[in-house]
Amino acid sequence: MLNRDLVIIGGGSAGMAAAVKAHELGVKDILILEKNNYLGGILNQCIHNGFGLHEFKEELTGPEFMTRFSDQVNALGIEYRLNSNVINVSNDKVVTYSNKEEGVVEVKAKAIILTAGCYERNAGAIQIAGDRPSGIYTAGQAQLYLNCYGYLVGKKVFILGSGDIGLIMARRMTLEGAKVLGVAELMPYSAGLNRNIVQCLQDFNIPLYLSHTVKEVKGKKHLEKVVIAKVDDHMKFIPGTEMEFDVDTLLLSVGLIPNVDLFNELPLSFSKTRGAKVNQAMETEIPGIFSAGNVLHVHDLVDYVVSEAKEAAIGAKLYLDGKLTHKGHKYDVIPGNGVGYVVPQVVYIDDASDSISFKFRVAHPFKDVNIYIKDGETVLKKIFKPAIIPSEMEIVNIPKANFTRETNTISVYVEEKK
Amino acid sequence: MFDVIIVGAGVVGSLLARKLSSYQLDVLVIDKETDVGNVTSMANSAIVHSGYDPVPGTLKAKLNVAGNKMFPKLCDDLDVSLDLIGSLTVALYDEQLPLLNDLAKRSAQNGVEVKLLSKEEVLAMEPNINKDVKGALLAPSAGIVNPFTLTVHAMENAVDNGVKLALREEVLSIKKEGDKFVVKTNKNSYESKLVINAAGVYSDKIHKMIEPIDYEVKARKGEYFVLDHYKKGLVNHVIFPLPSEKGKGILVAPTTSGNYIVGPSSEWDDDKEDLSTDKPTLDNVRAQATDMVPSIPFNQVIRTFAGLRPTPSTHDFVIGFAKSDDHFINVSGIESPGLVSSPAIAEYVVNEFVSKVLKLEPKASYNPKVRRRVHLKDLLISERNKIIKENPDYGYIVCNCEKVTLGEIRDELSRSVPPYTVKALKKRTRAGFGKCQGGFCQPLVIKELAKHFNVSMDQILLDKEDSNICRYKTKEVK
Amino acid sequence: MIRELICITCPRGCHLKVDENLNVTGNFCPRGAAYAKAELTHPVRTLTSTVVIKSNLDNRVPVKSNNPLPKELIAKAMEEINKVRLSAPVHIGDVAIKNIFDTGVDIVVTKNVLE
Repeated sequence: MLNRDLVIIGGGSAGMAAAVKAHELGVKDILILEKNNYLGGILNQCIHNGFGLHEFKEELTGPEFMTRFSDQVNALGIEYRLNSNVINVSNDKVVTYSNKEEGVVEVKAKAIILTAGCYERNAGAIQIAGDRPSGIYTAGQAQLYLNCYGYLVGKKVFILGSGDIGLIMARRMTLEGAKVLGVAELMPYSAGLNRNIVQCLQDFNIPLYLSHTVKEVKGKKHLEKVVIAKVDDHMKFIPGTEMEFDVDTLLLSVGLIPNVDLFNELPLSFSKTRGAKVNQAMETEIPGIFSAGNVLHVHDLVDYVVSEAKEAAIGAKLYLDGKLTHKGHKYDVIPGNGVGYVVPQVVYIDDASDSISFKFRVAHPFKDVNIYIKDGETVLKKIFKPAIIPSEMEIVNIPKANFTRETNTISVYVEEKK
Repeated sequence: MFDVIIVGAGVVGSLLARKLSSYQLDVLVIDKETDVGNVTSMANSAIVHSGYDPVPGTLKAKLNVAGNKMFPKLCDDLDVSLDLIGSLTVALYDEQLPLLNDLAKRSAQNGVEVKLLSKEEVLAMEPNINKDVKGALLAPSAGIVNPFTLTVHAMENAVDNGVKLALREEVLSIKKEGDKFVVKTNKNSYESKLVINAAGVYSDKIHKMIEPIDYEVKARKGEYFVLDHYKKGLVNHVIFPLPSEKGKGILVAPTTSGNYIVGPSSEWDDDKEDLSTDKPTLDNVRAQATDMVPSIPFNQVIRTFAGLRPTPSTHDFVIGFAKSDDHFINVSGIESPGLVSSPAIAEYVVNEFVSKVLKLEPKASYNPKVRRRVHLKDLLISERNKIIKENPDYGYIVCNCEKVTLGEIRDELSRSVPPYTVKALKKRTRAGFGKCQGGFCQPLVIKELAKHFNVSMDQILLDKEDSNICRYKTKEVK
Repeated sequence: MIRELICITCPRGCHLKVDENLNVTGNFCPRGAAYAKAELTHPVRTLTSTVVIKSNLDNRVPVKSNNPLPKELIAKAMEEINKVRLSAPVHIGDVAIKNIFDTGVDIVVTKNVLE
């Protein structure tokens, strides 16, 4: 059995950022395990730009962003294994992985950070009604085939879901010669950024059908038609609103789900994000096992993934130094009115370094609202927002000194102006 | 000239081919699909029924009970997952209790061992069953099987023993010329002494190619949910409601892969290619299943699908010589309990019909077993490492959800009935069967198939003809 | 003629209206007016795409315009990008097309492909 101070599962942006940060803090005995044949994860296929404004103060493409980090990992001599799949993580922090050269290897870790990313909700998960033709893919699949292998999965495309990957793919496929006939979004508002609505849809006159979803797909062999219809406030189809599109491709951009498989056998509880519950150090309920990035909750910006991974690295360093005691004053963090979720779910205030970062998303769009973060009845922070939408994550840092230690509840909620 | 042509490479055609391959015969199997077992044998409940339910005296009753007894040896020879977990037919209302007694009597007539259970006994065995349950009929000999590998491995064994397989060929006509048949497909013309019709939902159409018929085979669609690997013990047996004229009803059962299956519905369908699902039907499946097992976690659904039962108007399997020709044997209308009956059907057809018209000489070289597969996921680390040392491909995991290694994929590609399509590979290895539904491994699988068959990625099909995934190469030089 | 557009400078996504004289209404803040004027007078976009590469790994390597291009040149630029043929090794920043359409903008490689 190998021994390592820190094993990082997943060598995407979160895993690399955690490794670099941990190294900087003095944790040198690190092993990154990565299933692909490169470091960088999903950024490899995200060839569009817009990454890195926070981290590097410039606008990079996905491959450029990932290379910035892999260059650092290589320069620091941090150890990693490519083409290596982790098959088990045990309660006592033995990580088992497999590859061609070493076979199945067990590593006893003092601390673990899980940065395994997320996967796309697919046609099976959303139970699309109708035939079972080929021609229905997740947006990310189509993105890989197009950007890395040079194949279009189709030339007449409809897109379900207005998530950013779907919008980006509308532009990419159009530029490569496909015709995108429309995008349907179940909700009355888009799940993607305005910038993508404008630059990926409006630039190419691609209609966005809000409050619409796919009612049926048709095609015995390959996809031939997609029928969409409008839904009412209860998400029920409104008869007579059906529209039929002759297409050979349906792309799905209907959400991402944290890939927590490796945690399933462990005694952990999970939050509404479907990631593991964590405390202020990004530590799960098992001391010394941390989680960060899209495996914890799905982020809108890779820059935020990186900052969260750094928090997990700081947490791992504190744990390795015996400074995560889980003693002293404890808060439960509760999402209140208008808030979908908050990370972390628990705060051990005495274990925290100088400030605590709360990350949350609103449950639906608001305009001109105040957001409150309260410690019992004490307001820790009040923020005015002219506009706030679910597709953009909010991050609020609160200094450790501001907490009262008199209550056990931090609440985060939206106050709507009457 | 072949001795026998079998039309249809479903589980019945494949097990028939295997049985015939034990004799000195030249056998050809023809199927229009891109893989064996690609229609009814692929989309069903995967149950090895005990045989308590068919009407006593019917072929269904006889062949179900006989087939059930053959399964342990069959699955051992063919290296197929089988788990005889037993079935529970549950009564949820007092007025159903007499029906349970009737079923128990029918079981005795069919020669099936069963036991009537009290409410307390049921709840002790199945804590997640509706607490209002009144009693149940336990059939210990029922079980679950992997229907995909059963068909594939049966055909592989047949081909290993000399059978020829022609996939992607649709039979267009069958004509008798002198004492031989001429079977024309969209690609070839073949001759044989004997034809066996095992064409599933199209078995009436194939039969009609040689004579008028007085029955029909209609498609009866069943829609299902598949749940992800959820914690063990949601149900420990195959849970049936009481059967009705529409069939055995909506069941809840584990699968041999650790998933759970819920379904099927039962709807007549005029379209024999219709594999569509619809919300009202699935909502009804869900409601009925929830009646029996209230806590089914429907948020764990990873897929819904539909299958077609080839239901004969005769209410029983149609097996025997054609009226006008004793060299044309029908094995038609094999609906449920067809899967469990299939090995017994093969024996019955060969012993009662083929042997009457062809001389059957045993083949000395016949080997009833397939070369065993390894599934790294099920092995100890030391065992895995021994295998990986010999073949490093077993160290690289292609499908993360189901933990399928490159070695397992390449093993399938090296076999005598290799997977030509993404779906065929999925049926054999489970790569793409998990919660991401191939989101991550499908590109790797396409690359591997393209490499093995030495074609470009755009030639690789998902399943049916024209189901290429990588359809258009970009930036081609004009 | 009144042109309508959605402001992309913040999540609020104001629905802007702009008249012939470039007077902007519907904006919550001054950034909206500036955005609308720029978008209607000289809209530009950064173009990202891929080019064909001969490599042991993938068949495509990603590229971008190293500065935004006038929007009306995007489609034409794709035609040029589609003609490019590279061979590994290539590095981030390698120029695939120099000074495309005399705009002063280069199409550059955005990923290292070493083999």
